[in-house]
Parts: sequence; C-alpha cells; structure tokens
Amino acid sequence: MCRGRIRKIKNLLPIATIWWREIIRFYRQRSRLFSAIAQPLVFWILIGSGLSASFRPAGATDELDYIAYFYPGIVVLVLLFTSIFATISVVNDRREGFLQGILVAPVPRWRIVLAQALGGTTLALLQGVLLLLLAPMAGIRFGAASFFLTLGVMALLAFSLTNLGLLIAWRMDSTQGFHAIMNLLLIPIWLLSGAFFPSTGVPSWLAWTMKFNPLTYGLAAFRHSLYLDTTAKAFGEGTSWLLSLLITGLFCILTYVGATFTASAQTN
Amino acid sequence: MLRSENGRQEVFLVVDTEVLHSIVTESRQPMADSQIQVENLSHAYQQRQALDNISFDVSCGEIFGLLGPNGSGKTTLFRILSTLMPVTAGTVRIFGHDLATEVKAIRNLLGVVFQHPGLDAKLTVVENLRHHGHLYGLAGKTLRHRISELLERFGVSDRATERVEVLSGGLQRRVEIAKALLHSPRVLLLDEPTSGLDVAARRQLNDYLSMLARTENILVLMTTHLLDDAEACNRVGILDEGKLVALGDPDELKTKVGGDVIIIESVDSGTLGPAINEKFKVSTVLTDDQLRIECERGHEFVRDVVAAFPEEIQSVRFGKPTLEDVFIKLTGNPFV
Repeated sequence: MCRGRIRKIKNLLPIATIWWREIIRFYRQRSRLFSAIAQPLVFWILIGSGLSASFRPAGATDELDYIAYFYPGIVVLVLLFTSIFATISVVNDRREGFLQGILVAPVPRWRIVLAQALGGTTLALLQGVLLLLLAPMAGIRFGAASFFLTLGVMALLAFSLTNLGLLIAWRMDSTQGFHAIMNLLLIPIWLLSGAFFPSTGVPSWLAWTMKFNPLTYGLAAFRHSLYLDTTAKAFGEGTSWLLSLLITGLFCILTYVGATFTASAQTN
Repeated sequence: MLRSENGRQEVFLVVDTEVLHSIVTESRQPMADSQIQVENLSHAYQQRQALDNISFDVSCGEIFGLLGPNGSGKTTLFRILSTLMPVTAGTVRIFGHDLATEVKAIRNLLGVVFQHPGLDAKLTVVENLRHHGHLYGLAGKTLRHRISELLERFGVSDRATERVEVLSGGLQRRVEIAKALLHSPRVLLLDEPTSGLDVAARRQLNDYLSMLARTENILVLMTTHLLDDAEACNRVGILDEGKLVALGDPDELKTKVGGDVIIIESVDSGTLGPAINEKFKVSTVLTDDQLRIECERGHEFVRDVVAAFPEEIQSVRFGKPTLEDVFIKLTGNPFV
C-alpha cells in the first residue's frame, strides 16, 4: 500500500513540476499579465460606454445596460487571451527550450498536456479573479454560492480554452501562423458566443452558428452563475443552466482529449 | 617517383573501393558487448531519403562521433536515437531494449543535450535542474545531493542561484550537460555540443566528455560537423546524404585512405588535373578549384610534380590525411 502511494506521488511529480514552471515563468514575465488584462479592459470601457448610449441589447432594463451585458464577455476574453499566451510559448519551447527535455523524459504525453493545461488554467483564473473585482460596475452582487460557482465555471472555461490553444500550438512549427488562427478562429468563436451581442434578433444563419458554437454555452453558464444571487435577472439567453453546464463540461473533455491526441501524434 | 619499389602503380586506382569495402564490412560485424546496436536503419521524409540503411554499434566507455555536413542525416539520426522520432525502418537496440517498442525503458537510460538551448532562461540554474529531476521521479534529499554534486563537478556551484539567461554560452552548455547527467543515464546523446563555443571552451568540453566516458563508463554519442570534434572521438561514423560512408577509429580511417595528401592550386586546375593523371598515373580529385592527390611518399611526388609543371602550379600543400580527406576520398564531394 505504501509502495502504491509512493508510485502515485512519483506520477504526480512531473505534472506538478511542469505546472509550477508555467507559474514561475509567468511571474517572471509580468508584462504578460498586463497585455492579457489591459486590452480587454480597454475594450470593455470604450466599447461598453460607447454602445450603452445608442444601443440596447434585447432584454435590457434600466439596471442592465450594455456595459453590464458586455461584462461577462470581457471576463471570458481575458480567459481566452491568457490561455492563448500560455500556449504560444509551447511552440518555441518545443523547438528550442525546456520542453525538448520534457519530451525525451519518461513522461506520458497525456500528463504533459494535462500539466500544461492546468498551468494555463491557473494563470487564467488568477487574472479572471482580478476582473471579478469589477463586477459591481456591472451591477453584480456576489453571494458565497454565486462566487464559488462562478469560479468553477471560469475554471472549466479556462481549461477548455487552454486545451484549444494547445491543440493548435502542438501542430505548429512557428508562432508566425498563430496570429492568423487567433484572428480567424479564436476571436470569432468569442464574438459569436453571445459575448458581444445576444442571438435574439440576428439573421438566422448567424443564430445557428451561435447555437453550434460551444463557447455560447460556456458564456451562458457563466452568466447564470454570475447572476445567481442578483434579483435582476440575467439577459434571457434561452439556454438552461443544465444544458450550458453539460456542454461546457463536454467541451472541456473534448479539447483535452484533442490536445493530448495532437501532442502524441506530433511526437514519438 | 610514383613507381614505387614494388612497382605497383595502379595501387592508387584500386584503393578507393577496397578501402570503402573493408571499412564498411568491418563495421557490419556487431560487437558482442555493444550497448547501442543500429541495424539497417532508414528514414524518409515524404520524398527525401534522410537515412539510408545505416548500421553501426557503440559500446560503453567510448565516445562515438557522427560526423557529416549539413543535410547528411545526422540530425534525423539523433532525433530517432533520442526518442523524438519513431523508428520507421530497421531496428535500434539500446541496452537490449527495442527502440520501436520499449521507448519508456530507453528514455530512463538516456541523457540528451540538444543543439538548441534546452534550458529555461527565465529559471535559475538550480531550478532548471530541479524540474528536470522531477521529470525523472527524483525528489527531496536525493535530488538536492545530486544537483550540488553535479554543479560542483562542472564548476558552476557559485552561479547556482542565477538565472540561466545571464550565464555565458560556455557555462550554459555545462549546465545543460549537468542537467542531462542528473538522473545518472547510461547513454549521453549530444547534438552539436560544441556549436557556438570558442576554441578553448570546445577543447575543454571534449576533454570532459572523454573523461566522462572513461571514468563513469558512460556511452557518449555526439553529432558534429566539426572535424576537430570528430578527431577527439574514439570512433567516428561519417555520414553523407543519408549513408554511412565510413566507420572506425579516426587514425585508422586516415591511414587507410592513403599515405600523404597533396593539394595543388593552379590558375587552370581543369586542364592541369588530367595532365598530372596522365604523367604520374594518379587520380586527382578537383574540389573547390583545388587538385587533391593522395599517394605514398608524397615528398617525392611534390618534387616531381613541381618540376614537371613549373608554370601551371601556383602553390602546393603537403600533409598527412585528415578526416576531411577521408570524406572527400569516399564521397568525391567537398566537406561543407
């Protein structure tokens, strides 16, 4: 029994060490913190204030203007940016960096990907929590249940977005193509998740695209958890709690399996 | 004169194939106690054949050098041996384990030093080693002892808590090797370990590797495109366009190729070459506008050839063969 426990610790050690390296690296390159948070914040304040005056999302009330509508979307954008920055380093690290050594060590690929994904998730969560401090500006008051639920949903979202980034990064030989993928794939996924505008009243092709976007459900789950304790109801998304959580969980598993599969296929 | 005492002038024409044959057949006999056995290894990328039916063996306690110009296939071979790329044709056995099926067992036996820095520049020396140790299941007191022991041995103890990015290239390379040895591997694989180092640091590194192979009974295998590095190896395999063209002790290879090497420069090497061939019954090789001739009793040949073509010859160099000569002799191409 004791031996079994030692073996378990030995298996966890590589995961812990890869995860911890991600955290230290981030701490020592603090400009990353700034770039991942500042840009979405500027978007929120400028776009949110600008559109509030002239534009009311369907289902808006006096308490819930566009700034409030846009807030959950901005938090998810911060999660997305952090996850992407965390995964971009994989591309270079694999060609010339510490990751080369990890790949020839006796560590199964699924553990390497899990550790990287957990590292990205941790960093995204830390920054997401910083942004939650601004929740009162969006008219949100947290109870304990709402707060911890929100953290849980954010963790699921960050984990799937990091894995989505890893899935792409493990395929790439250089970071040059990453910007194109970010602009053509990742940002549209975010734009069409209900982060920027609700699906009510949009042309039907767009509504359908949004229905098939997994992040739509992630955002719905996030809105549900944020407004759990608030009397003012969240914007009617038409997606139930259960369905949005279910699909978000599924998205998590699929992206992780996909990232592991890609990492194994790209290396021996 | 070339008509040597026993009068066998044609010796220079037949030696090529004979040397090639003897060098290659000798290598094919697997050594009983060899710890790396590569047999008929081939690898192709889409269209290009990067490795073509390569066989060799390496034993513990020796430094084996894979010498070849860029694009000769040595990086592909390194990536296969270090378990980064799968074996697609042929077999590789490392300490009895089949590389195609027992990757995990082999990974525990290997210490790998990559050509591109394998250290995290944002981490300190100790942190790099600690993370590496964890990957191999080392932890706690054992790991701490091992780290300080290796840093001591490589003379970087006093820099242990500094970030890798502030260390010089030579020091970084030493830390990389310390890192690769941390988990006490039986095989040390190095890809172009001396690239980017100055002459002194290069020599020091080669000396250290020799000492390591001898005293720790570790098998050291390194790739290089530098002839000096290859000279420091116990045995070398010379790669060209995916083929292993020579294998053996560097000195042995050189003596097998020919007695002396004469390099002649001329304003018109293209016509001088055939003229020399005609007159002295030798075979000249034209590389980089220089004529290369290998022969016994080179000092006599130099005297005679200068006397015969005083106008055409600009300069003559005379020397003992180097591994470069071996390469040129076997492939007909300059070593670049």
